[in-house]
Amino acid sequence: MYAQMIKSTGEGVKSLDEMEPQERAFQERINAGGKIEPKDWMPDGYRKNLIRQIGQHAHSEIVGQLPEGNWITRAPTLERKAILLAKVQDEAGHGLYLYCAAETLGVTRDQLTRDLLSGKMKYSSIFNYPTLTWADMGAVGWLVDGAAIMNQVPLQRTSYGPYARAMVRICKEESFHQRQGFDIMMKMANGTNAQRKMAQDALNRFWGPALMMFGPSDAESVHSAQSMAWKIKMNSNDELRQKFVDLTAPQAAYLGLTIPDDKLKFNEETGHYDYSEPDWDEFFDVLKGNGPCNTDRLEARNKAWDDGAWVRDGMMAHAAKKRAAKMAAE
Amino acid sequence: MSTSNEWPLWEIFIRGQHGLSHRHVGSLHAPDAEMAIKNARDVYTRRNEGVSIWAVEAHHIAASSPEEKGSLYEPSNDKVYRHPTFFDIPDEVGAM
Repeated sequence: MYAQMIKSTGEGVKSLDEMEPQERAFQERINAGGKIEPKDWMPDGYRKNLIRQIGQHAHSEIVGQLPEGNWITRAPTLERKAILLAKVQDEAGHGLYLYCAAETLGVTRDQLTRDLLSGKMKYSSIFNYPTLTWADMGAVGWLVDGAAIMNQVPLQRTSYGPYARAMVRICKEESFHQRQGFDIMMKMANGTNAQRKMAQDALNRFWGPALMMFGPSDAESVHSAQSMAWKIKMNSNDELRQKFVDLTAPQAAYLGLTIPDDKLKFNEETGHYDYSEPDWDEFFDVLKGNGPCNTDRLEARNKAWDDGAWVRDGMMAHAAKKRAAKMAAE
Repeated sequence: MSTSNEWPLWEIFIRGQHGLSHRHVGSLHAPDAEMAIKNARDVYTRRNEGVSIWAVEAHHIAASSPEEKGSLYEPSNDKVYRHPTFFDIPDEVGAM
């Protein structure tokens, strides 16, 4: 998802009987649906995992502005441009809500930024793909934000209070994103031949990467088991991916577009769509840094950070000067 | 890359339109109060969420600690008579 491949402590999930009293009380509170708040006691692993997960989620929102920012100046109408601008601004807001949630765990935003810029922390693989045509804005909103919603809606019930509250705000705004994407796709799919081709091409390129957003099958993963016990992961990757396919396939049919998967077919027995796994070799390669845009994305973030340094420093200097003048006047 | 000059953290409170009190909505970083309010407008009121913003530097907030939960809040548990439902008022008295 927006946070893929989060490594946990690597240890198996302890049973309640194996836990010290403090940890046991903590786990029982989570089991009962209680929330953990910043000042509460929590196991180190819970804190570390959450910082990684929320941090990666925040980085994804911030880096996720780049592929769409790419089209703001070239949107086909003033209205589309205003809408896209508002959407990209929302993504910046989502990043900020999430950084703030992470900060309640004892890490600073600047530290998280440093870890993103140095490549130590990751962001979602999906943002390492280029946005080549205007139809990609449709495909990104429809598929990428659609996949994000699948994951974020259940996270509103996650055990960590500040994370859950950030998710509530984000989910409220996210459905605008998906709808604006689908709206672009409808327009393109019902347009000229060239526009329809463009829409199909965008779907062809984003389908696989969108499925990869949920991460590889985690049925056997010890990381997932621990995260699920802590309720910082609410569903398995496969469960969410299936849900996404089930919802998206009829939408593609409505658009008159073809999902690029020969095996995609509704299975009467299971009540779900059968589909092909995306190319996991490609996924791991992109995570390693070898996707089409990894270098560009990190360069753009580093440049923005470096170019903005004088503004950040100047504003701090100005604030200090004003404070000094005010104190002198008192 | 300079990160030494980190902007301080502000807690943001917003009052909605319908006569409710200010409510904590989240936090953000800003160099001073004026910018904190400007940033809060962009980050927390993009969809008419409110008509008034308070920004408080986070380190100025004093908070109770979870360990005090018992001593602070348990004493009220045995004072059920503070709730109006503790008292039975006969039906013939009517609404009270």
